[in-house]
Amino acid sequence: MKTSTLHLPDQIANDLLPQRFGRRGMIWTALLVTICLIGAFAYYRQTTKGLVVTSMRDYVSWGIYISNFVFFVAISLVGSLITAVLRLANVHWSTPLTRIAEIIAVSAIVFASIIIIVDMGRPERFYHLFLYARLQSPIMWDVIVIGTYFFISLLLLYFPLLPDIKILLSKKEQSPLWLQKIYRFLGSFWKGTKQQFKISEKAINILCITIIPVAFCIHTVTSWLFATTYRPGWDSTNFGAYFISGAFLVGAGGVVVAMYVFRRYYHLEKYITEMHFEKMGRVVVLLALLYLYFNINEYLIPAFKMKKPEESHLTNLFAGEFAPVFWFAILVGMIIPIVILLFKKGRKPLPMFIVGIMVVIGAWFKRYLIVTPTLLHPFLPMHDAPETYYHYFPSWEEWAIAIGSLAGALLVITFFVRIFPIIPIHETITEDENAA
Amino acid sequence: MKNEIARREFLTAGILAGLAAGCGRANPFAPEDETVKASGEKVKLLSVDGEIIEVDKAFLKPVPDLPQVSNAAARVGIEGKSFVMVIDLSRCKNLKKCQSACNHMHQIHPGQNWIKVHPMQDAEMTASYWQPTTCMHCDEPPCVKVCPVDATFKRKDGIVLIDSDRCIGCRFCMAACPYSTRVFNWEEPGVPEPVATQHYSCETSVPQKIGTVGKCDFCPDMVRKGELPHCVSACPNGVFFFGDMNEDSVTNGTDTFRFTELVKDKAGYRLMEDLGTKPRVYYLPPVNRNFPFEAGLENEKQKS
Repeated sequence: MKTSTLHLPDQIANDLLPQRFGRRGMIWTALLVTICLIGAFAYYRQTTKGLVVTSMRDYVSWGIYISNFVFFVAISLVGSLITAVLRLANVHWSTPLTRIAEIIAVSAIVFASIIIIVDMGRPERFYHLFLYARLQSPIMWDVIVIGTYFFISLLLLYFPLLPDIKILLSKKEQSPLWLQKIYRFLGSFWKGTKQQFKISEKAINILCITIIPVAFCIHTVTSWLFATTYRPGWDSTNFGAYFISGAFLVGAGGVVVAMYVFRRYYHLEKYITEMHFEKMGRVVVLLALLYLYFNINEYLIPAFKMKKPEESHLTNLFAGEFAPVFWFAILVGMIIPIVILLFKKGRKPLPMFIVGIMVVIGAWFKRYLIVTPTLLHPFLPMHDAPETYYHYFPSWEEWAIAIGSLAGALLVITFFVRIFPIIPIHETITEDENAA
Repeated sequence: MKNEIARREFLTAGILAGLAAGCGRANPFAPEDETVKASGEKVKLLSVDGEIIEVDKAFLKPVPDLPQVSNAAARVGIEGKSFVMVIDLSRCKNLKKCQSACNHMHQIHPGQNWIKVHPMQDAEMTASYWQPTTCMHCDEPPCVKVCPVDATFKRKDGIVLIDSDRCIGCRFCMAACPYSTRVFNWEEPGVPEPVATQHYSCETSVPQKIGTVGKCDFCPDMVRKGELPHCVSACPNGVFFFGDMNEDSVTNGTDTFRFTELVKDKAGYRLMEDLGTKPRVYYLPPVNRNFPFEAGLENEKQKS
């Protein structure tokens, strides 16, 4: 931030104001909307014909919808990491990244909820979850903590936005009328008085403290959806920590990708500097090492014993049908990123961007491996069912819906960036003044 | 399928004939509505007097949808009972009559089965045997623990049931069940019209509903009538014994045993005892077998 001390607050604000979509922005948005519409059409087919349009059957009763759900919950954890953990640790370099992390968290958690409803056989009975709620079911725990996490994340996105909305309102000439209306609706009560700042500061601190246990809960509970069953591959006491470490990794990877894209597209080189990539690189490599550690615990220790129910599951992952995906997820999702990031040159923006993509893609397939292979190895051998029940490969409807949900999450982020500054203006100005 | 429908018509008409005889009407099959024309196709019926009578098919009327027990009663169970099943592996020949009777009576989607007959071999050097599996109706049911909406529940009489009117189709119970006993209605169950319009009850589990989970229910509707579950009465080899632990007796329809003595004398066991699920289905080991394992292979080939 040293270089930016030369800039006036007004120039910072002008640099960071949300911008109209350019041509590339329009193409990008149109592409995402198209993918979403294809997904919506696939879901329409699913609602009319039933879950039979998927490739899920009685043995593999959870497929990529559930792994996609786990992926979304995982990536949403980054909001708490960047905003809360680093803030409470008094780390200041992460300030320009907080809003990126928080909007990833909010949009991911929204689509996690959507995809779980997509997976339901009777989505119209969603209200039964409230009408007949039974608290001993891990699904109820998930409903509670995901709801809580969503609201805290939303507030953590909203409160720091208020001073920025005031700045946006003060620059009427820069934004069309419909945006002005949104800004006024969201933040016209914010006058920027000392009193208001004090309350806001306090609220943000409380939220930062509460979001950390809630974030741990959402992913631990999500891991318990599996770990509370008896199945080999899921029956693990390691699962909570294993899921959380993986979640922080994929979230940090997602932030790195977003940082790079916003920096390039909006020319934010002065605000998201090489220093930020360097620091995020260190964070990612630490998290990747941590996740690798839990993976070793998760796979090598059962493999050492090779208990009979685990044996077919593990050999299938290591050397069988799922081996290519398994080794892809381990190598591309963890080991290669670790190797790249250990070098200083690897922590430059472009290699970091590539590493971020590798981490996110590896993480998506990793979630698939957590859900599906286990279901193909039940305790009693698969028998007396149609031939198609013994395998699983997602149908086009499942792919369309899963990819559509990913596109939807990106679309939310894209629209958010159109409406609000992706780098907090007010906080950047304050830090700039403090630095000076 | 044709055969099955004929059977149902026969039963339907039989009930009607019985009802009508009670009312003392001259001819119960005389059409109320004059527009009904005789089709010329006759159906043979057994009257309450034991006579065989012939009635025109067009004059048969569908059986009225008799009221079932209320949902609240179905959730509590049958007072004073504690149902238990014993499956004698030494008698099983993989005839799968249990399976087809169950599939038919519960209108299960073609291809899916609530009862499966597994060819099992515990270790390389040990003998192979046929092992029918039903729902284990566990006393510590993992499926009930994880259900978020109380759609699957444990009754006082030991039976684990599903309320398809409440099930949201999350399939957590399927993931939780270590016995892979649960099936899902992935599409609209193609059941014939009279069944599809029938009142649903979680005791009959009929009709199956799209987007919900199904499984073996121990046929509580039959038990309420004092009859045996369909698999028990369908098995010609008497593999399945059903009974009440409080009465300490189980029967396959022909032989009746004291439950405690039977499982003690024949060294009964339960599946996956180490998981702590406490099943209500006991197995008797495949010793002194009535049939060699190979006798069941033929049926296996035909199926696949």
